[in-house]
Amino acid sequence: MRLFRQIGAVTAMNLRSLPQRVTTSLVIVIGIAGVVAVLTSVLAMSTGMIKTIENAGRDDRVIVMRNGSNSEVSSAVSRASMRLIVDAPAVKRDSAGNPILSAETMRLITLHKREDDSTVNVILRGVGRQVLELRPEIKLTAGRMFKPAVNEVIVGKSATAQYRGVSIGDEVRTRNATWTVVGTFVTGDSHESELMTDAETLIASDQRGAFQSVTLMLESPAAFQRFKDALTSNPALALDVLREPEYFEQASKGISRVISFLAYFVGSIMAVGAVFGALNTMYAAVSERLREIATLRAIGFGATAMIVSVLAEALLLACIGGVIGSLLAWVFFNGNTVSTGGAAQGQLIFDLSVSPELMVIGIVWAGVIGLIGGLFPAIRAARLPVAAALRAI
Amino acid sequence: MTAIVSLRNVKKSYLRGKQTVEVLHGVDLEIQASEFLGLMGPSGSGKTTMLNLIAGLDQPTSGEVVVSDKRIDKLSRGALADWRARHIGFIFQFYNLLPVLTAEANVEVPLLLTNLSRAQRRERVQTVLQLVGLADRAKHKPNELSGGQQQRVAIARAIVADPTLLVCDEPTGDLDRQSAEEIMNLLQALNRTQGKTIVMVTHDPRAAEYASRELHLDKGQLAHDARRVA
Ligand SMILES: Nc1ncnc2c1ncn2[C@@H]1O[C@H](COP(=O)(O)OP(=O)(O)OP(=O)(O)O)[C@@H](O)[C@H]1O
Ligand SMILES: [Mg+2]
Repeated sequence: MRLFRQIGAVTAMNLRSLPQRVTTSLVIVIGIAGVVAVLTSVLAMSTGMIKTIENAGRDDRVIVMRNGSNSEVSSAVSRASMRLIVDAPAVKRDSAGNPILSAETMRLITLHKREDDSTVNVILRGVGRQVLELRPEIKLTAGRMFKPAVNEVIVGKSATAQYRGVSIGDEVRTRNATWTVVGTFVTGDSHESELMTDAETLIASDQRGAFQSVTLMLESPAAFQRFKDALTSNPALALDVLREPEYFEQASKGISRVISFLAYFVGSIMAVGAVFGALNTMYAAVSERLREIATLRAIGFGATAMIVSVLAEALLLACIGGVIGSLLAWVFFNGNTVSTGGAAQGQLIFDLSVSPELMVIGIVWAGVIGLIGGLFPAIRAARLPVAAALRAI
Repeated sequence: MTAIVSLRNVKKSYLRGKQTVEVLHGVDLEIQASEFLGLMGPSGSGKTTMLNLIAGLDQPTSGEVVVSDKRIDKLSRGALADWRARHIGFIFQFYNLLPVLTAEANVEVPLLLTNLSRAQRRERVQTVLQLVGLADRAKHKPNELSGGQQQRVAIARAIVADPTLLVCDEPTGDLDRQSAEEIMNLLQALNRTQGKTIVMVTHDPRAAEYASRELHLDKGQLAHDARRVA
């Protein structure tokens, strides 16, 4: 009880003298605000990305690729394998008895960004005839569906938003062909940043090999194991079978991990800087108050009250910085759209979301930085040799 | 008469660089309850050092320091802080008031270390502010008060928790002559009417006149009983 009263009294005194120490106090606030702003916005990037990826994919859809391929780009599925996949058990069929699947292949085409004209690689995906049944999430928003055999493409909404030359009526080029944009579509997932056309037409245009992957619909999510066993028990096939969400997760694990790592790496380096800033500020705060501290100690106040009061001040300033930093990140980045420039994967477009959780993480970091920075100055205040300090005044 | 403070063969050395310098060379001293002791001596003779040992701000290198029948020379730093809160009232040359607090809040500070309720604390603060003649300045900050007034607030703070001993290091060192006289009259009144035991270090012979006993310290040694007033 008396200890709390001591701590409360000393802390209140410190805080009341804060206005006289505005300039030094700002160092800690601004430094930490910067760290937290950067940390939360980069983390917002990786969580935005993970969220986009998690939304993609359905449990009853399966992607089949060559054994050991990490992505569609490096995969190939021969027409012989195709026939076995088509006849595999548990594949859902339409009213006419045809399996609902899409054998796909992709090319990278070069487009220009609207904002700075920089070039980016974008995926042109060749899809099967039943793609709309397989992927009911594809909705045309303007124009019409491409027709096979006549070099037409449709363009995802975020691709239209980001790149020049992909509006309806525009033409895009692959190495051996020119394609006319006839429609735009939305999907709500990462396919929105792609262009789509008929797979057979795309293969015929450059005679480059077979399909790269097959995506198909199962009778039910539970039928997955039956389907997988049927394909993988045949060693001649050498195929990998993944549920669609698993595939998306795996394909993007690398990059979202890199971004998270980057967030914490950059965040940590900046945090170290901010700790020194906080250290400086709090040492200055303690030196300016040496006489008060010595007087209070002489009167009989304990070391604990000194430590806690310095830490409380550091914590308060740091949390102010943390709140400012996360609000900055929120104001400037929340809801922004960002795209990765990963060439091999094509572009992935996603929303930055500076969520309340991220803001809390940022403020917690701020608090930790403040406490670490305040610790040594607090210890100095507690260890102050009272007699010598009173003499020095 | 009972001795309220006794020093027995107290030595104090400081480390200066790699050298140990002895500042007090075996001081023996008894201070009786309700005495007003004036401690004089040239600069550097060890007056502040001795006062700090009596007040439990510092520890002797050897010897015994007994205050109110308790040996304090071996207490830990934490225990000494608690002990000072109960037994010592400090009056400093430069007042050492807390600049952000009003006069009454400054006076209240030592009471935050007691179990008194808020109402009890307020009552005590009013009483001592009246005693030092500053009841009308209770809401003023230190920088709104003259040096003499600040020192009176400091005296109020020193006596508010009713300590065993008042220790003053050059209490008039920063004041003009008139304010110094007011302060000395106040200290003398506290000694005479309230029976406060006071140990005061001073350079000023006029201030020393107010003490009931005067001692001289020279090069770390006491010249005993230079003058004793009835
Ligand atoms: N912490 C310390 N470390 C080293 N030497 C010290 C320390 N404190 C005091 N001294 C030395 O001890 C001696 C006595 O100092 P002290 O302050 O007790 O003298 P004083 O009589 O109060 O002097 P003054 O009248 O100037 O206040 C001085 O020579 C001083 O330099
Ligand atoms: Mg001195």
